[in-house]
Amino acid sequence: MTALTGLTKHRLFWPVVALLVLLLGDLIASPSFFKIELRDGHLYGNLVDILKNGAPLILIAIGMTLVIATRGIDLSVGSVVAISGALACLWVSDNPDGVGTTLVAFGLALGLSLLLGVWNGWLVAVLGIQPIIATLILMVAGRGIAQLISGGQIITVNSHSFEWIGSGFLFTLPGAILIALAVFVLASLLVRRSALGLLVEAVGGNPEASRLAGLRSARLTWLVYVFCALCAGIAGLMISANVHSADANHAGLFIELDAILAVVVGGTQLTGGRFSLGGAVIGALLIQTLTTTVYALGIPPEAIMLFKAVVVLAVCLLQSPAFRRKLRGRQRAHPVSPEPAPAPEKVEVGA
Amino acid sequence: MPEPQPMVRMSGIRKEFPGVLALDDVAFRMFPGEVHALMGENGAGKSTLIKVLTGVYGVDAGTIELNGGAVAFSGPGEAQQAGVSTVYQEVNLCPNLSVAENVCLGREPRRFGRIQWGPMRRRAEELLARLDVHVDVSAELSTCSIAVQQLVAIARALDVDARVLVLDEPTSSLDTGEVEQLLKVVRSLREQGLAILFVSHFIDQVFAVADRMTVLRNGKLIGEYRTADITPVELVTKMIGKELRVLETLEDSGPTRAEVAGAPVLLSAEDLGRKGGVEPFSLDVHAGEVVGLAGLLGSGRTELARLLFGADHADSGSVRVDGELTNLRTPRAGLDHRIAFLSENRKSEGLVEELTVRENIVLALQASRGWARPLSRRRQDEIARKYIETLDIRPADPEALVGNLSGGNQQKVLLARWLITEPRLLILDEPTRGIDIGAKTEIQRLVTQLSADGMAVVYISAELEEVLRLSHRVVVLRDRKVVAQRENQGLTADDVMATMAEGVQA
Repeated sequence: MTALTGLTKHRLFWPVVALLVLLLGDLIASPSFFKIELRDGHLYGNLVDILKNGAPLILIAIGMTLVIATRGIDLSVGSVVAISGALACLWVSDNPDGVGTTLVAFGLALGLSLLLGVWNGWLVAVLGIQPIIATLILMVAGRGIAQLISGGQIITVNSHSFEWIGSGFLFTLPGAILIALAVFVLASLLVRRSALGLLVEAVGGNPEASRLAGLRSARLTWLVYVFCALCAGIAGLMISANVHSADANHAGLFIELDAILAVVVGGTQLTGGRFSLGGAVIGALLIQTLTTTVYALGIPPEAIMLFKAVVVLAVCLLQSPAFRRKLRGRQRAHPVSPEPAPAPEKVEVGA
Repeated sequence: MPEPQPMVRMSGIRKEFPGVLALDDVAFRMFPGEVHALMGENGAGKSTLIKVLTGVYGVDAGTIELNGGAVAFSGPGEAQQAGVSTVYQEVNLCPNLSVAENVCLGREPRRFGRIQWGPMRRRAEELLARLDVHVDVSAELSTCSIAVQQLVAIARALDVDARVLVLDEPTSSLDTGEVEQLLKVVRSLREQGLAILFVSHFIDQVFAVADRMTVLRNGKLIGEYRTADITPVELVTKMIGKELRVLETLEDSGPTRAEVAGAPVLLSAEDLGRKGGVEPFSLDVHAGEVVGLAGLLGSGRTELARLLFGADHADSGSVRVDGELTNLRTPRAGLDHRIAFLSENRKSEGLVEELTVRENIVLALQASRGWARPLSRRRQDEIARKYIETLDIRPADPEALVGNLSGGNQQKVLLARWLITEPRLLILDEPTRGIDIGAKTEIQRLVTQLSADGMAVVYISAELEEVLRLSHRVVVLRDRKVVAQRENQGLTADDVMATMAEGVQA
């Protein structure tokens, strides 16, 4: 157990350090950055904003982590965000305002998200299409579906109950934070208390060995795509509720890239296998902190993308064993390995 | 008559990898205009010798002479420049490029940096014509048959004025007609004065094409023979050798042949077969019986075992478990019938290397329980500790990453994975390959004990002594066909070898 904890610590060490350094930088640049106020029984402040605005990304990163752990990838989450938001807003705007309407809207949006996940999972697990291509289909088509739902318009809604999921408060905290936290806790319990986590890691680590050990890998793969789409659906509700509208073209645009980044920064490798939900949350927070920092520090908007890229590059480099070895210098470049050095890979005879 | 100057002369070759002496004082020579077969079972050192010859590996000791002059290649490119070309087992070509592009890849005729397509196509056509292959060289390679692809690979190797051509298992994925075509090409290249090194597991082909052969075993040179002076049986004997009698003390605790013959039939296969895998066969396995599968590599041993488990699904025949007709379409079906299969490919088909010993051990049991009924962590630890102790897995740490264990210990982890599912039929494919002699003995002892407890075992091993020592019955395969099933009574290794080599129906 200690070895495992040590490993997790090690894996998350650099992302956590990066997050802290970033926050520290914020504190130095603007001493009021950490200030949190209680107004009308609600907490406000940059830190709360980071959590609140980061909630959709956290959700999607959690779903994406499981997909990536099976050696897959889901590019369609941004489109699912748009579809989910469009359907919910359409229902809310067409029906009398009320908690009942809102709940039906949530149900419809999440039901449709589920179906979209089933579609992705079917393409990947049953038809055996490469995940990047399979989900690319919905990534492209999904924006169209969202536009069809919204009739090509931006649907604005004015429903207090609907907006709660994006900007409401409970126990002085924004509702979005609580929902993301709940999903994280539930997902963590689900994968670690049941055997799901182990089976997903086995499938991602060695699909053929897992098949021969009797795992129903197709079913598992299917499941993770459904879960990922569901997370994206919830995120879609949050995003649309936050801005009181559904924008089929821009809701969740490029969020799949941020989510993949969050997962990778959080220590889950794109080659599948071992995954860390906690890491994904840290990764998502890191990315959201970056965005908030950029605004708080008043970095010119045209430099934002570049600034983000530099920070992410730094984290990735710090996580790379090869790079760290280089940093440490020559004499420790060849650590004594307990296992025999593997024989060289078969070398192709080339001209 | 004085012997001509050898094209290749290697002497005193020694090559060591961490923990393994791959080649020990091996000598080897090849003459121009001759096909030379390099023979040996897995791990004999064939591949290492080829890689030393083609410059992939350096040597720890020994000399290599090419056409009388000492050489020391620092890489395959250099070897190729000197005229030593290799065609590897898996075709190393680009299926998405045209035939001509594949033949000339990396040395396309150019002018001002532009590829000259006309001359390139003509050059490819010429080279292929030399092999008697006439195809549209602008066709995409993937549209050609595997045989043609193999010949394209050879054409590519010949393009660099090769004097020595190494063919590593060139026929392993070809059908009978295609093999003939390839052998014809090999013979015609021999007429053109090339020295050809031919590596194949197919005894027939070796005898059909080779003039001379060198046999290796466990990294040592066994001898060099003219094909005319050696029979298939002698060759197989030399390849396999007589193993140390490690297990002479193996207590005779297993059930006798008569006992298992009287036990109920657990699994019964009838005309079970799979195209390209193994030809239809029938086999009964009784409870408590150890059935040994003997045959050379590529004879269909593994393919047969995979059908019995459901790793591949059969395209003909039927299987009965306890007399009931079943369909073993997936490994899961096999697992549900309490059949377990330990693959010969530990790394690619067994271990999940980034998971721990504990996780690897419980994987199959957990899979059969489903994700919703997890084994508690305490139960997992219990199981892992118990089997680490029983099988003496080292290091005795359930949380060690399995990828860091030695081969023998990895094998024991996989054995533990299957044993905890309490199988009724345990299929072991080469369970003792590549592991040290101590672990070997332990695994063999375990098999005897399991059989005494009533578990049926299908045991595959390239080591005949091992098969004979453990089995009640021996099934012999040759060229993807079951050629004999014999009770292990007074059966000797020589009998089995004769059947393996010549396919004599017993």
